[in-house]
Amino acid sequence: MSNLEKYNKIFTQTLGLKEEQLDGLTYQSVPEWDSVGHMTLISALEGEFSIMLDTMDVLDFSSYEKGKEILSKEEYGVDFNE
Amino acid sequence: MSFDELLQIPPYSLGREDKERLLTVRLLELTERHRAGCSRYARILDSTGFDPAKVKDLSGFPFLPVRLFKELSLKSVPQENIVKTMTSSGTTGQAVSKIYLDRITSFNQQKAMIKIVSDFTGSSRMPMIIIDCPSVVKDRNMFSARGAGILGFSMFGSKRIYALNDDMELDTEALRGFLDEHANRPILLFGFTFMIWQHFYKELIRLGDQGITFDLSNGIIIHGGGWKKLVSESVSQEEFRTHLRDVCGLDKIHDYYGMVEQTGCIYMQCEYGHMHASVFSDVIMRRPLDFAPCRVGEKGIIQVLSSIPESYPGHSILTEDEGVLLGEDDCPCGRKGKYFEIVGRLKNAEIRGCSDTYAAKFN
Repeated sequence: MSNLEKYNKIFTQTLGLKEEQLDGLTYQSVPEWDSVGHMTLISALEGEFSIMLDTMDVLDFSSYEKGKEILSKEEYGVDFNE
Repeated sequence: MSFDELLQIPPYSLGREDKERLLTVRLLELTERHRAGCSRYARILDSTGFDPAKVKDLSGFPFLPVRLFKELSLKSVPQENIVKTMTSSGTTGQAVSKIYLDRITSFNQQKAMIKIVSDFTGSSRMPMIIIDCPSVVKDRNMFSARGAGILGFSMFGSKRIYALNDDMELDTEALRGFLDEHANRPILLFGFTFMIWQHFYKELIRLGDQGITFDLSNGIIIHGGGWKKLVSESVSQEEFRTHLRDVCGLDKIHDYYGMVEQTGCIYMQCEYGHMHASVFSDVIMRRPLDFAPCRVGEKGIIQVLSSIPESYPGHSILTEDEGVLLGEDDCPCGRKGKYFEIVGRLKNAEIRGCSDTYAAKFN
Protein backbone atom coordinates (compact mmCIF):
# COMPACT_ATOMS: atom_id res chain seq x y z
CA MET A 1 0.00 0.00 0.00
CA SER A 2 1.42 3.44 -0.90
CA ASN A 3 1.81 6.13 1.72
CA LEU A 4 -1.02 8.08 0.17
CA GLU A 5 -3.28 5.05 0.37
CA LYS A 6 -2.32 4.55 4.00
CA TYR A 7 -2.94 8.24 4.75
CA ASN A 8 -6.35 8.10 3.11
CA LYS A 9 -7.26 4.89 4.90
CA ILE A 10 -6.52 6.42 8.30
CA PHE A 11 -8.71 9.41 7.45
CA THR A 12 -11.65 7.37 6.24
CA GLN A 13 -11.43 4.84 9.07
CA THR A 14 -10.89 7.11 12.06
CA LEU A 15 -13.31 9.82 10.93
CA GLY A 16 -15.82 7.49 9.29
CA LEU A 17 -15.73 9.32 5.95
CA LYS A 18 -15.72 8.25 2.32
CA GLU A 19 -12.65 8.77 0.19
CA GLU A 20 -14.52 11.25 -2.04
CA GLN A 21 -14.92 13.53 0.98
CA LEU A 22 -11.20 13.93 1.63
CA ASP A 23 -10.13 16.50 -0.97
CA GLY A 24 -10.42 19.95 0.57
CA LEU A 25 -11.51 18.54 3.93
CA THR A 26 -10.74 20.92 6.83
CA TYR A 27 -10.74 20.59 10.60
CA GLN A 28 -14.19 21.08 12.08
CA SER A 29 -15.86 21.06 8.65
CA VAL A 30 -17.53 17.73 9.47
CA PRO A 31 -18.85 16.73 12.92
CA GLU A 32 -16.47 13.75 13.09
CA TRP A 33 -13.36 15.90 12.77
CA ASP A 34 -13.73 17.85 16.01
CA SER A 35 -11.13 18.17 18.75
CA VAL A 36 -11.75 14.62 19.98
CA GLY A 37 -11.62 13.17 16.47
CA HIS A 38 -8.48 15.17 15.83
CA MET A 39 -6.51 13.47 18.59
CA THR A 40 -7.73 10.04 17.41
CA LEU A 41 -6.68 10.88 13.87
CA ILE A 42 -3.23 12.10 14.92
CA SER A 43 -2.63 9.02 17.08
CA ALA A 44 -3.62 6.71 14.23
CA LEU A 45 -1.36 8.51 11.75
CA GLU A 46 1.53 8.41 14.19
CA GLY A 47 1.04 4.69 14.68
CA GLU A 48 0.73 3.97 10.96
CA PHE A 49 3.88 5.89 9.99
CA SER A 50 5.83 5.29 13.23
CA ILE A 51 6.38 8.99 13.79
CA MET A 52 5.69 11.46 16.58
CA LEU A 53 4.45 14.89 15.63
CA ASP A 54 5.62 17.99 17.45
CA THR A 55 2.89 19.69 19.50
CA MET A 56 2.67 22.71 17.18
CA ASP A 57 2.32 20.41 14.17
CA VAL A 58 -0.61 18.66 15.84
CA LEU A 59 -2.28 22.06 16.04
CA ASP A 60 -1.29 23.17 12.53
CA PHE A 61 -2.75 19.96 11.08
CA SER A 62 -5.83 21.88 9.95
CA SER A 63 -6.80 20.15 6.72
CA TYR A 64 -6.35 16.99 4.69
CA GLU A 65 -3.87 18.79 2.44
CA LYS A 66 -2.03 20.55 5.29
CA GLY A 67 -1.57 17.18 6.96
CA LYS A 68 0.24 15.83 3.91
CA GLU A 69 2.49 18.87 3.91
CA ILE A 70 3.36 18.36 7.59
CA LEU A 71 4.02 14.64 7.25
CA SER A 72 6.28 15.35 4.24
CA LYS A 73 8.53 17.54 6.37
CA GLU A 74 12.07 16.31 6.77
CA GLU A 75 11.72 15.30 10.41
CA TYR A 76 8.83 12.95 9.63
CA GLY A 77 9.93 11.92 6.13
CA VAL A 78 6.67 10.52 4.78
CA ASP A 79 6.97 10.52 0.97
CA PHE A 80 3.63 10.82 -0.77
CA ASN A 81 5.10 10.51 -4.25
CA GLU A 82 6.42 7.00 -3.89
CA MET B 1 -0.69 44.22 16.08
CA SER B 2 -1.75 40.64 15.46
CA PHE B 3 -1.60 37.89 18.01
CA ASP B 4 0.82 36.02 15.74
CA GLU B 5 3.47 38.65 16.46
CA LEU B 6 3.21 37.91 20.18
CA LEU B 7 3.42 34.20 19.45
CA GLN B 8 6.89 34.64 17.98
CA ILE B 9 8.20 35.78 21.36
CA PRO B 10 9.34 33.12 23.84
CA PRO B 11 6.66 33.24 26.57
CA TYR B 12 8.81 34.32 29.50
CA SER B 13 11.49 36.39 27.77
CA LEU B 14 10.22 39.97 28.00
CA GLY B 15 11.12 42.40 30.76
CA ARG B 16 8.54 44.74 32.25
CA GLU B 17 8.85 47.73 29.92
CA ASP B 18 8.84 45.74 26.68
CA LYS B 19 5.94 43.59 27.78
CA GLU B 20 3.89 46.53 29.05
CA ARG B 21 4.36 48.39 25.78
CA LEU B 22 3.47 45.46 23.52
CA LEU B 23 0.47 44.28 25.54
CA THR B 24 -0.89 47.82 25.88
CA VAL B 25 -0.90 48.21 22.09
CA ARG B 26 -2.61 44.88 21.59
CA LEU B 27 -5.21 45.46 24.33
CA LEU B 28 -6.07 48.92 23.02
CA GLU B 29 -6.76 47.32 19.66
CA LEU B 30 -8.88 44.62 21.27
CA THR B 31 -10.83 47.21 23.26
CA GLU B 32 -11.69 49.11 20.08
CA ARG B 33 -12.55 45.90 18.25
CA HIS B 34 -15.00 44.90 20.96
CA ARG B 35 -16.44 48.40 21.20
CA ALA B 36 -17.22 48.22 17.48
CA GLY B 37 -18.46 44.62 17.54
CA CYS B 38 -20.41 44.41 20.78
CA SER B 39 -22.97 47.11 21.52
CA ARG B 40 -23.38 46.04 25.13
CA TYR B 41 -19.66 46.37 25.69
CA ALA B 42 -19.67 49.76 23.96
CA ARG B 43 -22.35 50.98 26.38
CA ILE B 44 -20.31 49.77 29.34
CA LEU B 45 -17.25 51.61 28.04
CA ASP B 46 -19.29 54.78 27.54
CA SER B 47 -20.68 54.60 31.05
CA THR B 48 -17.18 54.41 32.51
CA GLY B 49 -16.04 57.37 30.46
CA PHE B 50 -13.25 55.30 28.97
CA ASP B 51 -10.85 57.34 26.86
CA PRO B 52 -8.24 55.28 25.00
CA ALA B 53 -5.99 58.34 24.67
CA LYS B 54 -5.57 58.32 28.44
CA VAL B 55 -4.36 54.73 28.66
CA LYS B 56 -0.69 54.86 29.56
CA ASP B 57 -0.18 51.28 30.70
CA LEU B 58 -2.00 48.04 31.43
CA SER B 59 -3.58 49.33 34.62
CA GLY B 60 -5.61 51.84 32.58
CA PHE B 61 -7.98 49.33 30.98
CA PRO B 62 -11.51 49.01 32.33
CA PHE B 63 -12.35 45.51 33.55
CA LEU B 64 -15.57 43.56 33.47
CA PRO B 65 -16.59 41.58 36.55
CA VAL B 66 -16.35 37.91 35.70
CA ARG B 67 -19.99 37.36 36.70
CA LEU B 68 -21.12 39.49 33.80
CA PHE B 69 -20.48 36.58 31.42
CA LYS B 70 -23.15 34.65 33.30
CA GLU B 71 -25.68 37.41 33.19
CA LEU B 72 -25.15 38.70 29.67
CA SER B 73 -24.44 37.09 26.34
CA LEU B 74 -21.41 39.01 25.15
CA LYS B 75 -19.97 38.50 21.71
CA SER B 76 -18.20 40.73 19.22
CA VAL B 77 -18.65 38.72 16.02
CA PRO B 78 -21.76 37.53 14.16
CA GLN B 79 -23.28 34.30 15.46
CA GLU B 80 -22.35 32.45 12.24
CA ASN B 81 -18.66 32.95 13.06
CA ILE B 82 -18.96 31.19 16.42
CA VAL B 83 -17.44 27.72 16.23
CA LYS B 84 -17.47 26.81 19.90
CA THR B 85 -19.29 27.92 23.04
CA MET B 86 -17.47 27.20 26.26
CA THR B 87 -19.17 27.10 29.62
CA SER B 88 -17.67 27.50 33.05
CA SER B 89 -17.91 24.71 35.55
CA GLY B 90 -20.60 25.33 38.11
CA THR B 91 -22.29 23.44 40.86
CA THR B 92 -25.85 22.27 40.25
CA GLY B 93 -28.23 25.20 39.92
CA GLN B 94 -25.49 27.77 39.42
CA ALA B 95 -25.57 30.00 36.39
CA VAL B 96 -22.64 29.33 34.05
CA SER B 97 -20.57 31.69 31.98
CA LYS B 98 -20.95 31.35 28.24
CA ILE B 99 -17.89 32.22 26.21
CA TYR B 100 -18.25 32.47 22.45
CA LEU B 101 -15.25 31.54 20.34
CA ASP B 102 -14.62 32.13 16.67
CA ARG B 103 -12.09 30.06 14.78
CA ILE B 104 -9.16 32.41 15.26
CA THR B 105 -9.72 32.92 18.99
CA SER B 106 -10.06 29.20 19.58
CA PHE B 107 -6.90 28.53 17.57
CA ASN B 108 -4.90 31.21 19.36
CA GLN B 109 -5.95 29.84 22.73
CA GLN B 110 -4.43 26.51 21.85
CA LYS B 111 -1.28 28.05 20.39
CA ALA B 112 -0.70 30.17 23.49
CA MET B 113 -1.21 27.19 25.74
CA ILE B 114 1.28 25.10 23.76
CA LYS B 115 3.90 27.84 24.04
CA ILE B 116 3.33 28.22 27.78
CA VAL B 117 3.23 24.55 28.72
CA SER B 118 6.14 23.62 26.42
CA ASP B 119 8.31 25.98 28.42
CA PHE B 120 7.83 23.58 31.33
CA THR B 121 7.58 20.21 29.59
CA GLY B 122 9.64 20.64 26.42
CA SER B 123 8.14 20.58 22.94
CA SER B 124 8.12 16.84 22.37
CA ARG B 125 4.97 15.02 23.36
CA MET B 126 4.94 12.39 26.07
CA PRO B 127 2.88 9.39 27.06
CA MET B 128 0.09 10.90 29.13
CA ILE B 129 -2.03 9.79 32.03
CA ILE B 130 -5.23 11.75 32.49
CA ILE B 131 -6.46 11.50 36.07
CA ASP B 132 -10.13 11.69 35.26
CA CYS B 133 -12.79 9.51 33.67
CA PRO B 134 -13.30 9.18 29.91
CA SER B 135 -16.95 10.22 29.99
CA VAL B 136 -15.99 13.85 30.68
CA VAL B 137 -15.14 14.36 27.02
CA LYS B 138 -17.92 12.19 25.57
CA ASP B 139 -20.49 14.91 25.02
CA ARG B 140 -18.83 16.52 22.07
CA ASN B 141 -21.39 19.23 21.46
CA MET B 142 -21.26 20.90 24.83
CA PHE B 143 -17.83 21.31 26.29
CA SER B 144 -17.63 21.84 29.98
CA ALA B 145 -14.55 23.62 31.21
CA ARG B 146 -13.43 20.32 32.69
CA GLY B 147 -13.65 18.50 29.37
CA ALA B 148 -12.09 21.41 27.53
CA GLY B 149 -9.20 21.49 29.96
CA ILE B 150 -8.55 17.82 29.41
CA LEU B 151 -8.79 18.11 25.65
CA GLY B 152 -6.55 21.16 25.64
CA PHE B 153 -3.84 19.33 27.53
CA SER B 154 -4.31 16.18 25.44
CA MET B 155 -2.26 17.87 22.73
CA PHE B 156 0.80 17.20 24.86
CA GLY B 157 0.15 13.48 25.07
CA SER B 158 1.43 10.97 22.52
CA LYS B 159 -0.33 7.91 23.90
CA ARG B 160 -3.07 8.68 26.42
CA ILE B 161 -4.98 6.77 29.04
CA TYR B 162 -7.63 7.77 31.52
CA ALA B 163 -6.59 6.58 34.97
CA LEU B 164 -10.14 6.52 36.33
CA ASN B 165 -13.19 4.66 35.10
CA ASP B 166 -16.59 6.28 34.84
CA ASP B 167 -17.29 5.46 38.48
CA MET B 168 -14.18 7.52 39.31
CA GLU B 169 -12.27 4.43 40.47
CA LEU B 170 -8.57 4.02 39.76
CA ASP B 171 -8.03 1.52 36.95
CA THR B 172 -4.93 -0.11 38.42
CA GLU B 173 -4.54 -2.65 35.64
CA ALA B 174 -4.56 -0.05 32.90
CA LEU B 175 -2.20 2.13 34.89
CA ARG B 176 0.22 -0.75 35.48
CA GLY B 177 0.18 -1.75 31.82
CA PHE B 178 0.76 1.81 30.67
CA LEU B 179 3.66 2.38 33.05
CA ASP B 180 5.29 -0.92 32.01
CA GLU B 181 4.91 -0.03 28.34
CA HIS B 182 6.55 3.37 28.84
CA ALA B 183 9.09 2.50 31.50
CA ASN B 184 12.10 4.82 31.83
CA ARG B 185 10.49 7.53 29.73
CA PRO B 186 9.18 10.90 30.88
CA ILE B 187 5.45 10.70 31.48
CA LEU B 188 2.97 13.55 31.64
CA LEU B 189 0.11 13.43 34.10
CA PHE B 190 -2.79 15.85 34.07
CA GLY B 191 -5.78 16.27 36.31
CA PHE B 192 -7.79 18.54 38.53
CA THR B 193 -6.47 19.05 42.02
CA PHE B 194 -9.31 17.57 44.01
CA MET B 195 -9.75 14.56 41.71
CA ILE B 196 -6.04 13.81 42.04
CA TRP B 197 -6.27 13.95 45.81
CA GLN B 198 -9.53 12.09 46.25
CA HIS B 199 -9.33 9.40 43.56
CA PHE B 200 -5.63 9.00 42.87
CA TYR B 201 -3.58 9.90 45.92
CA LYS B 202 -5.96 8.34 48.48
CA GLU B 203 -6.27 5.18 46.39
CA LEU B 204 -2.48 4.91 46.05
CA ILE B 205 -2.21 5.16 49.83
CA ARG B 206 -4.81 2.41 50.25
CA LEU B 207 -3.04 0.19 47.70
CA GLY B 208 0.31 0.93 49.31
CA ASP B 209 -0.99 -0.55 52.54
CA GLN B 210 -1.52 -3.77 50.59
CA GLY B 211 1.99 -3.65 49.20
CA ILE B 212 0.92 -2.46 45.74
CA THR B 213 3.00 0.50 44.59
CA PHE B 214 3.48 2.55 41.45
CA ASP B 215 6.65 4.38 40.50
CA LEU B 216 6.00 7.75 38.87
CA SER B 217 9.40 9.28 39.47
CA ASN B 218 9.68 9.86 35.69
CA GLY B 219 6.48 11.84 35.76
CA ILE B 220 5.64 15.50 35.50
CA ILE B 221 2.17 16.39 36.71
CA ILE B 222 0.15 19.46 35.82
CA HIS B 223 -2.94 20.14 37.89
CA GLY B 224 -5.41 22.96 38.39
CA GLY B 225 -8.99 23.83 39.09
CA GLY B 226 -9.04 25.20 42.60
CA TRP B 227 -7.88 24.44 46.12
CA LYS B 228 -10.94 25.32 48.11
CA LYS B 229 -11.99 21.78 48.95
CA LEU B 230 -8.49 20.72 49.96
CA VAL B 231 -8.08 23.82 52.09
CA SER B 232 -11.27 22.82 53.91
CA GLU B 233 -9.72 19.38 54.48
CA SER B 234 -6.65 21.19 55.79
CA VAL B 235 -4.40 19.97 52.99
CA SER B 236 -1.93 22.70 52.17
CA GLN B 237 -0.21 23.05 48.81
CA GLU B 238 3.02 21.97 50.42
CA GLU B 239 1.42 18.85 51.88
CA PHE B 240 -0.20 18.04 48.56
CA ARG B 241 3.22 18.06 46.91
CA THR B 242 5.01 16.21 49.68
CA HIS B 243 2.39 13.48 49.95
CA LEU B 244 2.24 12.93 46.19
CA ARG B 245 6.00 12.63 46.09
CA ASP B 246 6.06 10.21 49.00
CA VAL B 247 3.40 7.90 47.62
CA CYS B 248 4.65 7.48 44.03
CA GLY B 249 7.88 9.43 43.60
CA LEU B 250 6.25 12.24 41.62
CA ASP B 251 8.59 15.17 41.97
CA LYS B 252 7.73 17.60 39.21
CA ILE B 253 4.42 19.06 40.27
CA HIS B 254 2.99 22.18 38.63
CA ASP B 255 -0.25 23.81 39.65
CA TYR B 256 -1.82 26.22 37.19
CA TYR B 257 -4.30 29.05 37.44
CA GLY B 258 -6.69 29.70 34.61
CA MET B 259 -10.31 30.25 33.79
CA VAL B 260 -12.68 29.51 30.95
CA GLU B 261 -13.18 33.24 30.34
CA GLN B 262 -9.53 33.46 29.31
CA THR B 263 -8.71 29.96 28.10
CA GLY B 264 -5.19 29.54 26.75
CA CYS B 265 -3.58 32.12 29.00
CA ILE B 266 -2.86 29.88 31.91
CA TYR B 267 -0.51 30.81 34.72
CA MET B 268 1.90 27.96 35.42
CA GLN B 269 3.59 27.38 38.71
CA CYS B 270 7.37 27.18 38.49
CA GLU B 271 9.85 25.04 40.40
CA TYR B 272 9.80 27.64 43.18
CA GLY B 273 6.06 27.46 43.65
CA HIS B 274 5.31 30.80 41.97
CA MET B 275 2.55 31.37 39.38
CA HIS B 276 3.92 33.10 36.27
CA ALA B 277 2.31 35.45 33.76
CA SER B 278 3.46 34.85 30.18
CA VAL B 279 3.85 37.48 27.44
CA PHE B 280 0.29 36.68 26.33
CA SER B 281 -1.37 37.89 29.47
CA ASP B 282 -0.91 39.71 32.75
CA VAL B 283 -2.33 40.09 36.24
CA ILE B 284 -2.95 43.16 38.37
CA MET B 285 -3.87 42.78 42.03
CA ARG B 286 -6.34 45.47 43.05
CA ARG B 287 -7.38 46.90 46.40
CA PRO B 288 -10.98 46.07 47.23
CA LEU B 289 -11.85 49.58 48.42
CA ASP B 290 -10.77 51.72 45.49
CA PHE B 291 -9.46 49.18 42.96
CA ALA B 292 -6.06 50.86 42.90
CA PRO B 293 -3.23 48.46 41.99
CA CYS B 294 -1.59 46.80 45.00
CA ARG B 295 2.06 46.97 45.89
CA VAL B 296 4.27 43.90 45.76
CA GLY B 297 3.38 41.71 48.73
CA GLU B 298 -0.07 43.23 49.27
CA LYS B 299 -3.15 41.01 48.92
CA GLY B 300 -5.71 42.09 46.34
CA ILE B 301 -8.45 41.04 43.94
CA ILE B 302 -6.96 39.57 40.79
CA GLN B 303 -7.60 41.32 37.47
CA VAL B 304 -6.57 39.24 34.46
CA LEU B 305 -5.67 40.68 31.06
CA SER B 306 -5.42 38.49 27.97
CA SER B 307 -4.24 39.35 24.47
CA ILE B 308 -6.25 36.51 22.90
CA PRO B 309 -10.02 37.18 22.91
CA GLU B 310 -11.22 38.56 19.58
CA SER B 311 -14.75 37.14 19.53
CA TYR B 312 -15.94 38.23 23.00
CA PRO B 313 -14.96 41.21 25.19
CA GLY B 314 -13.09 39.21 27.79
CA HIS B 315 -9.62 40.68 27.46
CA SER B 316 -9.80 42.46 30.82
CA ILE B 317 -11.68 40.80 33.66
CA LEU B 318 -11.91 41.23 37.40
CA THR B 319 -11.98 37.77 38.96
CA GLU B 320 -13.37 36.81 42.36
CA ASP B 321 -10.00 35.44 43.41
CA GLU B 322 -7.48 37.01 45.73
CA GLY B 323 -3.76 36.94 45.12
CA VAL B 324 -0.47 38.50 46.06
CA LEU B 325 2.06 39.82 43.59
CA LEU B 326 5.42 38.43 44.65
CA GLY B 327 7.64 40.21 42.18
CA GLU B 328 8.41 40.90 38.54
CA ASP B 329 11.24 39.75 36.25
CA ASP B 330 13.32 38.39 39.13
CA CYS B 331 11.99 34.94 40.04
CA PRO B 332 14.91 32.60 40.81
CA CYS B 333 13.61 30.21 38.12
CA GLY B 334 14.77 32.74 35.51
CA ARG B 335 11.38 33.39 33.88
CA LYS B 336 10.58 37.04 33.30
CA GLY B 337 7.24 38.68 33.92
CA LYS B 338 5.11 38.96 37.03
CA TYR B 339 4.95 36.10 39.49
CA PHE B 340 2.37 35.73 42.20
CA GLU B 341 0.46 33.41 44.45
CA ILE B 342 -3.25 32.72 44.76
CA VAL B 343 -4.60 33.30 48.24
CA GLY B 344 -8.15 32.08 47.72
CA ARG B 345 -11.63 33.11 46.73
CA LEU B 346 -13.35 36.28 47.87
CA LYS B 347 -15.78 35.66 50.71
CA ASN B 348 -19.26 34.87 49.44
CA ALA B 349 -17.99 34.30 45.94
CA GLU B 350 -19.57 31.41 44.11
CA ILE B 351 -17.84 28.06 44.08
CA ARG B 352 -16.18 27.59 40.74
CA GLY B 353 -13.22 25.82 39.18
CA CYS B 354 -13.24 22.31 37.75
CA SER B 355 -11.89 20.86 40.94
CA ASP B 356 -14.02 22.72 43.44
CA THR B 357 -17.38 22.39 41.71
CA TYR B 358 -16.86 18.64 41.50
CA ALA B 359 -15.73 18.55 45.13
CA ALA B 360 -18.92 20.30 46.24
CA LYS B 361 -20.68 16.96 45.79
CA PHE B 362 -18.57 15.51 48.57
CA ASN B 363 -19.94 17.78 51.28
